[in-house]
Amino acid sequence: MKSWLTTTDHKRIGLLYFFTAFAFFLIGGIEALVIRAQLAQPNGHLVTAETYNQLFTMHGTTMVFLALMPLSASFFNYIVPLQIGARDVAFPRLNAFSYWVFLLGGLFLNASWLVGPLFHAGTLNVAPDGGWFGYANLTERQFSPGPNIDFWLLGLQILGISSLAAGFNFIVTILNLRAPGMRMMRVPAFTWMTLVTQFLVITAFPVITVGLAFLMFDRFFGAHFYVHEAGATPILWQHLFWLFGHPEVYILILPAMGIVSDVLPTFARKPLFGYTVVVYSGVLIGFMGWGVWSHHMFSVGLGPIADSVFSATTMLIAVPTGVKIFNWIATLWGGDIRGTTALHFAVGFIAMFIIGGLSGVTHASPPTDLQQTDTYYVVAHIHYVLFGGTIMGLFAGIYYWWPKMTGRLLSETLGKWHFWLQFVGMNLAFFPMHFIGLLGMPRRVYTYSPELGVSDLNLLSTIGAFLIALSIFVFLVNLLRTRTHGQRAGNDPWGGATLEWSIASPPPVYNFSVIPTVANRLPRWKTEHHEPMRDPPATPPAPIHVPGGSWWPMLAAFGLPILALAPLTHTLWLALVGAAVLLAGIYLWAFEPFEV
Amino acid sequence: MTHAASAAAHHTSLGLDSRKMAFWAFIGSECLLFTSLISTYLVYKGKSVVGPYPHEILNIPFTSVSTFDLLMSSLMMVLALAAVQRGDMRWGKIWLFSTALLGLVFLGGQVIEFTEFVHKGLTLQTNLFGCTFFVLTGTHGAHVSVGVLWLLTLWVRALQGKLTQANAMTVEITGLYWHFVDVVWIVIFTVVYLIQ
Repeated sequence: MKSWLTTTDHKRIGLLYFFTAFAFFLIGGIEALVIRAQLAQPNGHLVTAETYNQLFTMHGTTMVFLALMPLSASFFNYIVPLQIGARDVAFPRLNAFSYWVFLLGGLFLNASWLVGPLFHAGTLNVAPDGGWFGYANLTERQFSPGPNIDFWLLGLQILGISSLAAGFNFIVTILNLRAPGMRMMRVPAFTWMTLVTQFLVITAFPVITVGLAFLMFDRFFGAHFYVHEAGATPILWQHLFWLFGHPEVYILILPAMGIVSDVLPTFARKPLFGYTVVVYSGVLIGFMGWGVWSHHMFSVGLGPIADSVFSATTMLIAVPTGVKIFNWIATLWGGDIRGTTALHFAVGFIAMFIIGGLSGVTHASPPTDLQQTDTYYVVAHIHYVLFGGTIMGLFAGIYYWWPKMTGRLLSETLGKWHFWLQFVGMNLAFFPMHFIGLLGMPRRVYTYSPELGVSDLNLLSTIGAFLIALSIFVFLVNLLRTRTHGQRAGNDPWGGATLEWSIASPPPVYNFSVIPTVANRLPRWKTEHHEPMRDPPATPPAPIHVPGGSWWPMLAAFGLPILALAPLTHTLWLALVGAAVLLAGIYLWAFEPFEV
Repeated sequence: MTHAASAAAHHTSLGLDSRKMAFWAFIGSECLLFTSLISTYLVYKGKSVVGPYPHEILNIPFTSVSTFDLLMSSLMMVLALAAVQRGDMRWGKIWLFSTALLGLVFLGGQVIEFTEFVHKGLTLQTNLFGCTFFVLTGTHGAHVSVGVLWLLTLWVRALQGKLTQANAMTVEITGLYWHFVDVVWIVIFTVVYLIQ
């Protein structure tokens, strides 16, 4: 127990990230199921409008910040050091700090479901209810007097610190801790996409930090950053939010693209087609992701010039994305394909992401976008991209790397059931939303009337959502069953080309008994140009120093939610306690003898 | 720590100290933070519906002095690093303390300035100028405060004999932060005070 609480081992932190994020994924999923149950029939009355607002806000916020990002982070943690031939990340304790801040931030946000009575309100009354995008000036104290938005903005500030700390850590890890011979253009595609993602994190998160700080000053200290009467414009929030929010979309999708770029070659027994182009497309997406934010704001009326520019950049960013899709298809083409569950999910990712990408291009045109804004069409689009894309990609990664992480293979039979249920379920749930939206049903409204003519489509969508839930249940059964019945994986159950497959599953605490020397991009494969590398010996020839654990990152992390409680409860001494805990954690951490 | 630091410096792929690289990434991130704050200040410039307005209240001569003070603190920082790098801890201690002291003087100037503005009726709640001014310069002041705390910590460690030539990289990174905070102030001074 203590060894898990104080761990600085990237593999353990990766597992902690996985289980925590998966728990939040289930919570976000339950929120989605309640939403779909409410919308199964017209004039539904399962929940009130107020509860519904909290449900869709927490569903979006949870899935983006507490499920998808940290599920990707679990692979950054577990897999990246293994892929580059490192013993750990560059700053193991900072890594532990990132995890604890994420856990505490997630608990802080979700506590809002339960603590209503402390704020003289019922349970299920004080959860955030302003949408995951929290548009000003609805979020001002005048229009949202309760603690709901406070939970949201303080929770997101805490989570931002976790992401930023991890961002610096992984940039340095990938650039600086590569094994000898592992040049940048030999780094596996997943690690490359991780690097691009972390650059997006460290540049995008400060912008939302400032936007949220303004909101904090407005709500707690009577400032007027988003108050129209004072001459301010609420559009400022939209700019700051989407300047962060659009890079965030790529923060969510690039890791999944990286996973798929590693899974496809393994199961097609072919090198990734156009590796260099895939890498450069990822980098280009990272850059261009900064130039498209106002396509979320066409309905604001920014004028023809801004609309035209952002329309053009949005269509342009589809080019590098399309390039990647063709590369993946070309990787499969003529390959010696093994239809594993991981490959099913990877191919499912490509197909679903193409649909999401196509509907995305339709938003790029301002006239059509104006028809689609705030309708279910947009909900269909983001779910094809984030569920069909990111979640499918992440599951490809889970089936691919679970044997590496636990030493046991997930059941392929249950895996196929999981895949097909999820694939059918998601298309049933999200495809009708295109029509529901175009027929005029607005999003974020808790019910609809039978005259709108979308009742059957909504019922279909709800059935699809419950099919997805069933598929996740199958996956959980698979996880549990694998603990005891899973087939032993050995070092390399798939015949992978990259370094993580050259060591035991799960890897020893020091990862590599001898740091490998890398001579090419596919070190473990025999190609016409080279022989496969020799795997490191099972036992280290010389003793390896492994850093011990530390309590202080966790102590420092605890300072943040205490600090956040101060404005929430209007208690000054809590701020002093929080600052003291944070400072104590940082100083003890800095002066602790710790050798990496 | 010393041993680990030197070992890390020897084994990195790019030959750059990992902590230093992380700090450059951090500074890149901070640039976006201050860019957002300064952009907001510019977007809201002239949009206040009630006074006091910037030209009525900003005291350029006074702030020029604190700007000069902060610039000099950067000079002290350079001298501190040079002293530590050549192993001259006597001067290292003196310059580290001087840097922190000049930082404290700057913060004192900010306290005086803020107090005076509040007396003249400019608060966070008054108008958009108040909002953007206090949050921008306040964020910068918070950064200076962190820097002062950091420098004083190094100074105390040096007094205890625990900060030596072997920790020059630690001082160099502190310097990176300090110079960055200084450069940000140059931009704020120009944008907020000089170009009204």
